[in-house]
Amino acid sequence: MKHIYMDNNATTAVRPEVLEAMLPFYREQFGNPSSVHWAGRAVSGAVEKAREQVATLINCAPAEIVFVSCGSEGDNMAIKGTAEALREKGNHIITTAVEHPAVLNTCEYLEKQGFRVTYLPVDKDGMLDLKELEAAITAETILISVMWANNETGNLYPIEEIGAIARKYKVRFHTDAVQTVGKIPVDVQKANVDLLVLSGHKLGAPKGVGAIYIRRGTRMNALIHGGHQERNRRAGTYNVAGIVGLGLACELSGAEMAESSVRIAALRDRLQEGIMSAIPEIKLNGHPTMRLPNTLNISFAYIEGESLLLNFDMKGIAASSGSACTSGSLEPSHVMGAMCVDVVLAHSSTRFSLGRDNTEEEVDYVLEILPPIVQRLREMSPLYNRKEPLSCEECQVIRKVH
Amino acid sequence: MYTEKVMDHFSNPRNVGEIDNADGVGEVGNASCGDIMKIFLKVENDVIKEVKFKTFGCGAAIATSSMVTELAIGKTLDEAMELTNAAVAEALDGLPPAKLHCSNLAADALHEAIKNYREKQG
Repeated sequence: MKHIYMDNNATTAVRPEVLEAMLPFYREQFGNPSSVHWAGRAVSGAVEKAREQVATLINCAPAEIVFVSCGSEGDNMAIKGTAEALREKGNHIITTAVEHPAVLNTCEYLEKQGFRVTYLPVDKDGMLDLKELEAAITAETILISVMWANNETGNLYPIEEIGAIARKYKVRFHTDAVQTVGKIPVDVQKANVDLLVLSGHKLGAPKGVGAIYIRRGTRMNALIHGGHQERNRRAGTYNVAGIVGLGLACELSGAEMAESSVRIAALRDRLQEGIMSAIPEIKLNGHPTMRLPNTLNISFAYIEGESLLLNFDMKGIAASSGSACTSGSLEPSHVMGAMCVDVVLAHSSTRFSLGRDNTEEEVDYVLEILPPIVQRLREMSPLYNRKEPLSCEECQVIRKVH
Repeated sequence: MYTEKVMDHFSNPRNVGEIDNADGVGEVGNASCGDIMKIFLKVENDVIKEVKFKTFGCGAAIATSSMVTELAIGKTLDEAMELTNAAVAEALDGLPPAKLHCSNLAADALHEAIKNYREKQG
């Protein structure tokens, strides 16, 4: 069976050249870069080279990059580290209703610690009203945290404009750019961000490594206390091989970005147009144009996302869903909820996130097998072609899609 | 995460569809958790002769619907009322813990359909 991977927003394969570059650091170059002897010296240069590679991709100084273990750690560090460091100054944080749980749940944790958090709403396309953001800023506001791109819809937020607002009011600005870095150009100077988080496994590096950009002069408390690594900003023995992999993945994606983002966008558009023209009663989730080049999120009325994914899986296709049944909770995606997507449509939201390995043949294969799967599940659904109204509780929310 | 039996019933569901002029129809569900099940019955001499279902829901919801129809066919109405959700899950060699709420619906839908039949009989 063919294996078609269209879940690159969940994770990407480690690029072969990245893995090659990492392997020596598990073998002969095994040293701890904090050691003074030959074994340590042999690897400390590799960590600093990777720091430069990451810094180049997002246009900052190498000293402004701190390596962390994952995107969630970076977001926790940015938000908790700011909240603790600036507690004297204020206790108000502004974020959005559509952030990744790494941000949302960290903010909820801080609410229990006495901070006040504003969760900005989004419109039906998942976009923010910047006037609302500006109006939410008070003298107590110490942090604005807005993701650069949404993981479910691919929506791109106007980071430069938000950065300008943050600068105007002298409020620190953090962005979770885990889905963005490596896919489209990211320039922390142009965007006026103070803190930016990226993750290795979203751009062809392995899981277990990420980085946070901390603008020079940004006062932060550490999340992980211990040794003096990363200029006391983040303790813990360096994940040398992972860091080397992250550095190379950043360099490669920077070099290829102009070409790959256009090519992947063309594949995504082919998939989108193909689905739209072949299947009635579907809904595009997210902004029609202000989106990452690789992401497509569509709801198929009357059917549930996990059933769709299982059928895809049987045909070798990997995608993901905002359905409750795929998240382990009983609620569908909070992103769909914030966009006021009907609850049944939210359960059927399906995300295709393409990557550098996808081909036109793969897109065409998906377009070939998708319509019969949708039709089969619809014919199995008590909501499809229904004449009588629904009697069960909460079913009144179901509406026909046009 | 699903057993072979669940995947078998999910990919080849038994007794999908509707019964015209069904003797009993039961529907249960909750759109917000993503499951709605509808069961149609044909009854002769208090014995279930035919069962069909339609389900909106995840893999477990479809598999439990399919399994409950297999378990119900040939049973008397009293026997079918004794059929528990746990028995449906067990017949599928178990369900992942997070999915147990789905299996609660299949037997409930069957019971609703039987109640509907009995109400119609007066």
